[in-house]
Amino acid sequence: MADAVAKGQAPAQSIPALLARNVARYGGYPAYREKEFGIWQSWTWAQAAEEIRAMALGFLSLGVERGDHVAIIGRNRPMHYWSMVAAQMCGAIPVPLYQDAAAEEMAYVMEHCGARFVVCGDQEQVDKIVEIEDRIHAIKHVMYTDKRGMRKYDHSRMNALEDVQAEGRAGHSRYESELDKRIAELTYDSTCVMLYTSGTTGKPKGVVLSNRNIIETAKASSEFDHLNHNDEVLAYLPMAWVGDFIFSIGQAMWAGFTVNCPESPETMMTDLREIGPTYFFAPPRVFENQLTSVMIRMEDAGRLKKWLFDRYMAVAREVGPDILDGKAVSFGKRMSYVLGNLFVYGPLKNTLGFSRIRVGYTAGEAIGPEIFSFYRSLGINLKQLYGQTEASVFITQQPDGEVRADTVGVPSPGVEVKIGENGEVYYRSPGTFVEYYKNAESTASTKDPEGWVATGDAGFFEEDTGHLRIIDRAKDVGKMADGRLFAPKYVENKLKFYPSILEAVVFGAGKDRCTAFINIDLTAVGNWAERNNISYASYQELAGHPRVYEMIREHVEEVNASIAEDPMLSGCQVHRFLILHKELDADDGEMTRTRKVRRNVIGEKFADLIEALYDGRDEIYTETEVTYEDGRKGSIKATLKIADAKVASAKTMAEAAE
Amino acid sequence: MNDMSDGYVTADGRQIGGVIMEMKNITLRFGGVVAIKDISFDIREGEIRAIIGPNGAGKSSMLNVISGFYIPTEGEVWFHGYKRGPMRPYQVARLGIARTFQNIALFDGMSVLDNIMTGRLTHMKSGLLAQAGWWWTGAAKEEDEHREKVEKIIDFLEIQNIRKTPVGRLPYGLKKRVELARALAAEPKLLLLDEPMAGMNVEEKEDMSRFILDVNDEFGTTIVLIEHDMGVVMDLSDRVVVMDYGKKIGDGTPDEVRNNQDVIDAYLGVAHD
Repeated sequence: MADAVAKGQAPAQSIPALLARNVARYGGYPAYREKEFGIWQSWTWAQAAEEIRAMALGFLSLGVERGDHVAIIGRNRPMHYWSMVAAQMCGAIPVPLYQDAAAEEMAYVMEHCGARFVVCGDQEQVDKIVEIEDRIHAIKHVMYTDKRGMRKYDHSRMNALEDVQAEGRAGHSRYESELDKRIAELTYDSTCVMLYTSGTTGKPKGVVLSNRNIIETAKASSEFDHLNHNDEVLAYLPMAWVGDFIFSIGQAMWAGFTVNCPESPETMMTDLREIGPTYFFAPPRVFENQLTSVMIRMEDAGRLKKWLFDRYMAVAREVGPDILDGKAVSFGKRMSYVLGNLFVYGPLKNTLGFSRIRVGYTAGEAIGPEIFSFYRSLGINLKQLYGQTEASVFITQQPDGEVRADTVGVPSPGVEVKIGENGEVYYRSPGTFVEYYKNAESTASTKDPEGWVATGDAGFFEEDTGHLRIIDRAKDVGKMADGRLFAPKYVENKLKFYPSILEAVVFGAGKDRCTAFINIDLTAVGNWAERNNISYASYQELAGHPRVYEMIREHVEEVNASIAEDPMLSGCQVHRFLILHKELDADDGEMTRTRKVRRNVIGEKFADLIEALYDGRDEIYTETEVTYEDGRKGSIKATLKIADAKVASAKTMAEAAE
Repeated sequence: MNDMSDGYVTADGRQIGGVIMEMKNITLRFGGVVAIKDISFDIREGEIRAIIGPNGAGKSSMLNVISGFYIPTEGEVWFHGYKRGPMRPYQVARLGIARTFQNIALFDGMSVLDNIMTGRLTHMKSGLLAQAGWWWTGAAKEEDEHREKVEKIIDFLEIQNIRKTPVGRLPYGLKKRVELARALAAEPKLLLLDEPMAGMNVEEKEDMSRFILDVNDEFGTTIVLIEHDMGVVMDLSDRVVVMDYGKKIGDGTPDEVRNNQDVIDAYLGVAHD
């Protein structure tokens, strides 16, 4: 069987089978790289397969059984990806978890899946496991990658991962036949991975994805963008997120490309520049941050540089996207663009690490049109996709040449999409998840017998282009007191497109008008303050500064004017707002780990502030509980000002139609 | 206290070795000022030894005596069984003693990496001429070896992201960490830390404490530290010397010291009747 797969005569039915195929096809090509001790260390497919096999043998020696859950908690490192594949080889199910989750959150998930084995990145993660171990009796053995600081721990049920590999190598003759037997048992329908959804509401749910889901999706999406074994990706997104699993395991195994792991989370930008990936995924936030830092640095640049930058960015904005889409552009403009590429775009792309990008994707949130077109005008093929964990990521994506900021593209190959009566988006695909683990009720309410899955998002297809547009979360779309449509996300996204606004939360369901909380972006506003000689001592002080309020008010009013253009949504204009004294944070439960706002949590926690937004007060005193990284609690006291914003008069349907 | 030979086992199960340094009746005078008055104590292999005391108690002077920078007016310093005479700084370094400073002493214009590389100086064999010859004299190969050691330290202290950053641009807490890195680059047997947490916030202090413990645990380095923050000292150290007005008023485990009446008086003040 394995030989037939390797020769391409039979389709690979599991990730371990794909690994064997890649060893046969691309044995000498790099499969994984990781920067350590200042140098990129690399492993070819053949070497990686040997490491993974040794780890799997080691797992068998520790007693990993078929169907066991193996939790993996750590940053993106080859060892951690290998441990997932090694677990699959043993017939076990890898369950990657968010490494920044607090011990409490981890306890719930570990208990739910009954993980018997845990792979931890370092001492910090081991400490969390030790903390919750008393309550979770299933844990049989803990493994860790980084040995530092681990000497004093009780090692009766704990080992370094490399020692487990050594054990596997030493005992290979004892376990080899058993391992081969287990690998051969894997089918298209065996579970490939279980991923917990971040859950904007309620407890996380374990999404079970089969080999069929992952491999079919990886195959279709790799072919869609012509990914091959010469491509390079940078693996820096949380391993617990479905996207990372698809890119760094699914597509990497299918297409045979190289997965590069950064040295540390803080060095990601430097590592990105050194690797220069050809295929890149980032949530809008990363692109926003990069653009903000470019703009900040250009503010401080010399006059000539600034002139060149402004001059040629204007050219790029005008013709860049068209050139990328292969549309007709005059010869003169083309020449300007070539010069611009020489002076500005080339060096800039090099600095950003995008010199070699063939395909870039962004998803997860709406991306600001200016940000989106900035990258495209530089000649970076940035596209949008729409997906979710339950779909093994891909639902819709944008084909080359049909890229726009306000749509999420056409259905991905093999995916069927339909719009429900209430405007909710439904899909059906080979990537559709098997079930929610131990939660038949939720499975049934999400996936109907015919296999259609409700996304929970409201959207519509554009008639002329066939592109899907997403408005908001279906359950967040509500009505205001007078029956007008209330779509908070739509407004929040518009607000967040301003660099100085990091987050916004809009309220108004069931009320007569809308109000908003604003979070300022410390980097952007801090830099602005520096240039305008505004001194501040803390985040809180800057957030409450009258001139910051003035600036935000202008942004809000501009957004109001733009919302007023749309007769359907004109009721969503923000009448009053306040700037929060703390950043919304996942540690305080205000956001999910993937940084989506949890409306109900915020609504409860800041009930006093919301009340003040509606009762006409000018300021309010409040105390807020905050949780530090290590789980301790503290509180922040502040008096917040509340500002009014002008609203534009709504256009009537008739005016808009003109 | 004077059973010099065997060592002891700490509360968390580490084996502490025999005495490596002994201070015998040290007195240090600057003209008429007596900075240190007849102090004796020892430092054992592998332990974290703290020196605490109120401002002006003579802690830093004591550290300078240990490092060989000050020569005691009276008394003797025994190191590894030998009585130590006056020494030049490079001789101190060769003995395996490294230190950090209360007010950071790094090269501001140089990168973090280069700063840490300077810590390798005592281990470099190639002289000026050989370094000029670079490749064919083996100096390049030697530098690679040193770089490897330095990279391990960078990894250990988690400062990969600032490797190439000039030190002058770093915030205070990170500078302190770079200074520790440079001291570690010398692969010291005895590491002297002069107020490693001074001016740090809670989070930075926690990080630094963890690094100090890890250094001691991982490399088996003996550490002598001076610190104001009592909480930190009591958590970190195995044994504590307490000084006040140049005199030793207490010596023992953190618990012993905490319950010592003289120490309580010195720290909390005592009613004068």
